[in-house]
Amino acid sequence: MTPSERLDATFVALADPTRRAILARLASGEASVTELAAPFAISQPAVSKHLKILERAGLISTGHSATRRPRRLEAAPLAEAVDWLEKYRQFWEQSFQRLDVLLVELQTPANRRDAAPPKKEG
Amino acid sequence: MPVIVTTPSDREIVVTRTFEAPRELVFLCFSKPELVRRWLGPADWTMPVCDIDFRVGGKWRFVLRSPQGFELGSRGVYREIDPPARIVNTELYDMDWTGGETIVTVTFVEADGRTTATTAVLYSSQQARDAAAKTPMTTGMEASYRRLDELLADPGI
Repeated sequence: MTPSERLDATFVALADPTRRAILARLASGEASVTELAAPFAISQPAVSKHLKILERAGLISTGHSATRRPRRLEAAPLAEAVDWLEKYRQFWEQSFQRLDVLLVELQTPANRRDAAPPKKEG
Repeated sequence: MPVIVTTPSDREIVVTRTFEAPRELVFLCFSKPELVRRWLGPADWTMPVCDIDFRVGGKWRFVLRSPQGFELGSRGVYREIDPPARIVNTELYDMDWTGGETIVTVTFVEADGRTTATTAVLYSSQQARDAAAKTPMTTGMEASYRRLDELLADPGI
């Protein structure tokens, strides 16, 4: 997967409320599929499908215990997605902060057209 | 004042921000090259190209450069100009990460001496908008950012 494909998979994984709830549960420690399915009014196969999407995005991994196969949260892709979005938000936030400064400058009397000193000719 | 990003329809991404200035002035800052180049991009970026032929049918061309030398180029044509209320132009990034040309409508609304600038980016299709989300840095990020907003607003997380 390329970095952009990985990010896309992360956002697809995060776009569903059940998957976000699963991630929230795993944030407090690893859990088996049965444990993860317990709070939801959906079947275990449906939960497994959500887990597959989360695993494909690299957001969770499966432990080695043969019988329980606990799922655990993998923080790195989530951090990468947040970092990527933060850079974009900063791009616009920083642009608009510069525009704020420019607008203040343009509104000070010395810079207003009617108050500006006459320009030198030629 | 924070930047607000919404996706009111399948083909749109809308960015809203309020400024402490009358709209005539904000409008000038979006249309005069000598003003645009003073604010567009983060403080440590430069704008080596900022060409604006501000008339209906006139072309524009921007190149922003990051401190690492990454260049972000875009171009388009002005379709509607209604000072100081509205600018409509086409936009296409050099790397075409918006899945084809988009139509950008910027409206300026003034209330109590403050101006709200609303930028609506209309994609050729939902597919094009969603494709933009797969690229490293573009408006597609805004759609994803909205998803993050939802995630952060979820009391379960």
